[in-house]
Amino acid sequence: MKKQTVTVIATSVITVLVVLAAIIIFLPTLGPRYLHPLMMGDQPAPTSLDMSNSRLSDNGLYRVSWASDPSSPPLNQIHAWTIHIETAEGQPVAGAEVSVSGGMPQHGHGLPTNPQVTQDLGNGDYLVEGMKFQMPGWWEVRFDITAAGQNDTIIFNLTLK
Amino acid sequence: MKRVLWILGGTILIAAAIALWTASRPVSWSEQEIAALRSLWIGSLPPLPPDPSNAYADNPQAAAFGQALFFDTRFSANGKVACATCHLPDKLFNDGLPLAQGVGTTTRRTMTIIGAAYSPWLFWDGRKDSLWAQALGPMESPVEHGGTRTQYAHLIDEQYRAQYEAVFGDLPDLSDQTRFPRAAGPVDDPEARAAWEAMTLADREIATRIYVNMGKAIAAYERLIAPGPSRFDQYVAALLENDREAMQSALTKDEVAGLRLFIGRADCIKCHNGPLFTNNEFHNTGVPAADGLPADDGRASGVDQVIQDEFNCLSQWSDAGETGCADLRFVVSTGEQLAGAFKPPTLRNVAESAPYMHAGQFSTLAEVLQHYNHPPFAPLGRSELEPLGLTAAELAQLESFLRALSGPLNTPAELLASPQP
Repeated sequence: MKKQTVTVIATSVITVLVVLAAIIIFLPTLGPRYLHPLMMGDQPAPTSLDMSNSRLSDNGLYRVSWASDPSSPPLNQIHAWTIHIETAEGQPVAGAEVSVSGGMPQHGHGLPTNPQVTQDLGNGDYLVEGMKFQMPGWWEVRFDITAAGQNDTIIFNLTLK
Repeated sequence: MKRVLWILGGTILIAAAIALWTASRPVSWSEQEIAALRSLWIGSLPPLPPDPSNAYADNPQAAAFGQALFFDTRFSANGKVACATCHLPDKLFNDGLPLAQGVGTTTRRTMTIIGAAYSPWLFWDGRKDSLWAQALGPMESPVEHGGTRTQYAHLIDEQYRAQYEAVFGDLPDLSDQTRFPRAAGPVDDPEARAAWEAMTLADREIATRIYVNMGKAIAAYERLIAPGPSRFDQYVAALLENDREAMQSALTKDEVAGLRLFIGRADCIKCHNGPLFTNNEFHNTGVPAADGLPADDGRASGVDQVIQDEFNCLSQWSDAGETGCADLRFVVSTGEQLAGAFKPPTLRNVAESAPYMHAGQFSTLAEVLQHYNHPPFAPLGRSELEPLGLTAAELAQLESFLRALSGPLNTPAELLASPQP
């Protein structure tokens, strides 16, 4: 083998060793975040989540959609939503009993408020007052809907920035 | 020998190049991180939210009157306690004590007034739902101002009649001291309470109306106490303008590293979010009970108190219709998450706000960060904290970032002292 080749190989090997040693020594300062993205604090929300705001309920009884006022749900501010409920065939559902719940699945806590449907606006629209989100991240909002003796549930996902 | 030199030289050169490359690489933030930084930035602070429960909230004359009341020690049992006794303007409207000292000693730390107008809940446990209702709590507390509402009504009559009437209209005639005793109110003191209960309902309402108006004037003043920009805010402003030089002069490398932890692995931003670094909600962080005090159940009692409070948003003394009281109407009033939960305080000026936690349990930021890094079991309820696994160096970076959150008040100097007559 040529002398130069040996030199180059030895240089590379020693450099690699030096860099590895430096990383190990300075790991406490750097933090493990450079090693794996999963170690960067919060787990990201599952990428397969359906984030749409118009969906069929779990058993397919109702198509439900929501709209927030202001249009993107604000952080730390109590606000109202309007939900629209129709049958799978597109008929507005009148006189539904709706209960509201929700929370952050990754943190195991619920909503900071106790929102309620306060008004049947007609044409399948219902006013939900008392909505509030107090942390950025992935939230679930769940509506339990009973109309004409038929009960179904829908869970919406949203990400608060 | 020559070859060894070559190897050594090459190694040093390459290592130096790597080091230089790492060090000179500009700090980069992802889009998501920039959104988080912008949300904490003081430039994102919205205008003061209206207070529908206080028709005088934005009345300048009411604020001037409230400022006089805020600094007036005559409104107390011993003539020595004013709001400003615990909320000292030169201490960022704080007092630096673990437990607030009025005519006696309370069981909680004084909270700052800076930015308080943005919170739907006041006090550590949120037992009040407006600034004006909050201001009235200490006035009749036996360990704070220790006075009574008829005492205060007479003081207004004798010392502030013109100022009061200019804002709130005619002051009723209080001269009949059999109808309006010098000391009567729904307080702990048995004599003052008996005198209060002996009054007619109509006369009690006259005294209470004056008392409520005092609170509304003090609230109008307190709404003007606003936070100013810190070095962190300069950094974000520079970042948003992509001004690398200004970014570097605003925050050091360690502070930036601390900021990255704050919005990332340390999870601080979960509760300390928004431009005031608080979500104004309630969280159990398992802070140990203060020496000599029983474990404090925080929000669990606070929510019952605000629902029953005679001055809450839905009360007869509030100027809000039902629609203005959403926070109270949709409040969560039961559940285990309320036990031992407290409101996260703002972190603006946190370096000057020692001691920390609801009863001043920790005297340094380092102790606070140690608590979050190795959370103990909660003395009451269940702590929401998870161990963070941060190194000593990372905790130091976080602390240096917190120290970059200090800034001057965004409040004119004449509002920071007793008004000149």
